[in-house]
Amino acid sequence: MKKENSVWKPFINGLITENPTFVLMLGMCPTLAVTTSAINGLGMGLTTTVVLAMSNIIISALRKVIPDKVRIPAFIVIIASFVTIVGQFLEAYLPALNSALGMFIPLIVVNCIILGRAEAFASKNGVFASALDGLGMGLGFTVALTLIGCVREILGSFSVFGISFKEPLESIGMAPIAIFVMAPGAFFVLAALNALMASIRMKQLAAGKESKIRAGCDRDCASCGDDGCVHRFYDENGKDTAVGKKEEKA
Amino acid sequence: MAEEIKEEKTGALAKEAKKEEKAALRSVSSTPHIRDKSSTRSIMATVIIALLPATGVGIITFGPKTLLLLALSIGSAVLCEWGFEKITKQKSTVSDLSAVLTGLLLALNLPVAVPWWMPVLGAFFAIVVVKMLFGGLGQNFMNPALGARCFLVLSFSRYMTDFSYHPGWASADAVSSATPLAEVKAGGAYDVLSMFIGNEGGTIGETSAFALLIGGLILIFTGVISWHLSTCYLLSMLLFAAIFGGHGFDPLYLAAQLGGGGLMLGAFFMATDYVTRPITRKGQVIYGIFLGILTGIFRIFGPGAEGVSYAIIIGNLLVPLIERITEPKHFGYKKPVKAEKKG
Repeated sequence: MKKENSVWKPFINGLITENPTFVLMLGMCPTLAVTTSAINGLGMGLTTTVVLAMSNIIISALRKVIPDKVRIPAFIVIIASFVTIVGQFLEAYLPALNSALGMFIPLIVVNCIILGRAEAFASKNGVFASALDGLGMGLGFTVALTLIGCVREILGSFSVFGISFKEPLESIGMAPIAIFVMAPGAFFVLAALNALMASIRMKQLAAGKESKIRAGCDRDCASCGDDGCVHRFYDENGKDTAVGKKEEKA
Repeated sequence: MAEEIKEEKTGALAKEAKKEEKAALRSVSSTPHIRDKSSTRSIMATVIIALLPATGVGIITFGPKTLLLLALSIGSAVLCEWGFEKITKQKSTVSDLSAVLTGLLLALNLPVAVPWWMPVLGAFFAIVVVKMLFGGLGQNFMNPALGARCFLVLSFSRYMTDFSYHPGWASADAVSSATPLAEVKAGGAYDVLSMFIGNEGGTIGETSAFALLIGGLILIFTGVISWHLSTCYLLSMLLFAAIFGGHGFDPLYLAAQLGGGGLMLGAFFMATDYVTRPITRKGQVIYGIFLGILTGIFRIFGPGAEGVSYAIIIGNLLVPLIERITEPKHFGYKKPVKAEKKG
């Protein structure tokens, strides 16, 4: 049974089908910068999820009020408010995580995923669907960041979620590969995980298991080079009211 | 190190011979018209032979553990290439000896005190990540052995800068002194003659300037490399050291800069890698001078004593740009006349 119109579709979409890190390749800056350990990746991911879900809800609720011409500044004001709130919460209750993430907390304001979802989804869909979309995208981001953080922490400092297994390995003469907690390691791990995800997706596509294509195109948006494609951000009802079209009319 | 052009040539040679059998003598073939008999394999073999004196000095100086490291490094490099091609169902290229050379160069770039698994990890990185993932021989954008060395230096700086060793084969006492180049930088005492012969601390292959010089001359006289690149590299480095080193043209200081560290190994064997150096002679001169200046900057102004490997890797990244500005013009080529602007 195909669940084409299930209410969970936006949620699953963000988590797997259009995973922001592995499929859409959005939000690369925090992805590369803060994933030196699994716990940092998880913290960054969850912080972003909260901001993403809340801002999606508010933007969706206000979508008929916000004038089209000033929508981007309006979105940014909403997002920035939530980032400030979450940042102060972190400072008060999780100071260790806050200092580990540092500058990247305020930088969530300019995270491509959040602005992208506001523009592509929340400004066109209902509050409930937008909330699910925000949660799905946020959790997809969290899973990806935690995964990258895990791999980097295991290889680069012989521990996972802060639980160290360094001593038994060092006693047999091994040493952690420190490059994995440095900047180059982030690129290695991201590239390797991306290749892995791409190969899984290609196998599934070959087996005819899933087709991600929503709006009249038979290609996968993530691997499509056409930036100007009007179908790039699909409409939930399958109608052709994607971003590009709308702007043309206006 | 690779020579895909030569490989293409040999492939084309066989085809050409067949063509000539069929067609009459008058038939005209396309360029290139002048062909060489050397193959990837013969060139790799020449480079390996040229490295043997330095390897020998390394084995004599650093003792039996050197043999183990060499075997592990070469063995795992070959195994990685064979395994990767097996898994990705490609034709095996192990027999062209390029993996053997990469393994050998990697081992020569390691200090003897490293644990056994380090050459294995390095060889994996060199072959799989730097070479095969970018398309194999002739496609890699940086020298695989140096890429792996820098990977290991960044990851295990404690091991990679530990130059203690058991001198000779019999002695049980470990010598742990700074490398001569570190002494030069720190203003300590150094013995230029022993640096020349190679009875000093350092990585396995870099200690003996004399053995490396023999190898370099073998390469130049067999025509595997032209002298321009290496000479420009060494001279520009010397000039930089003379101007900025703070010792003026003091011959002892300059000799120590020349013979110490990996400069000789880099200038003759790694900067000249066919894949990652510019093709034209003009390009090679520019590249050599650039490497010399960069090495000088790293050695004199950098925090560490050595900078050859980073200099060559950064140089590798700039090769496409050097190629672009030194691209030869066709015979009879004229600059296109700019169309007159009409208001």
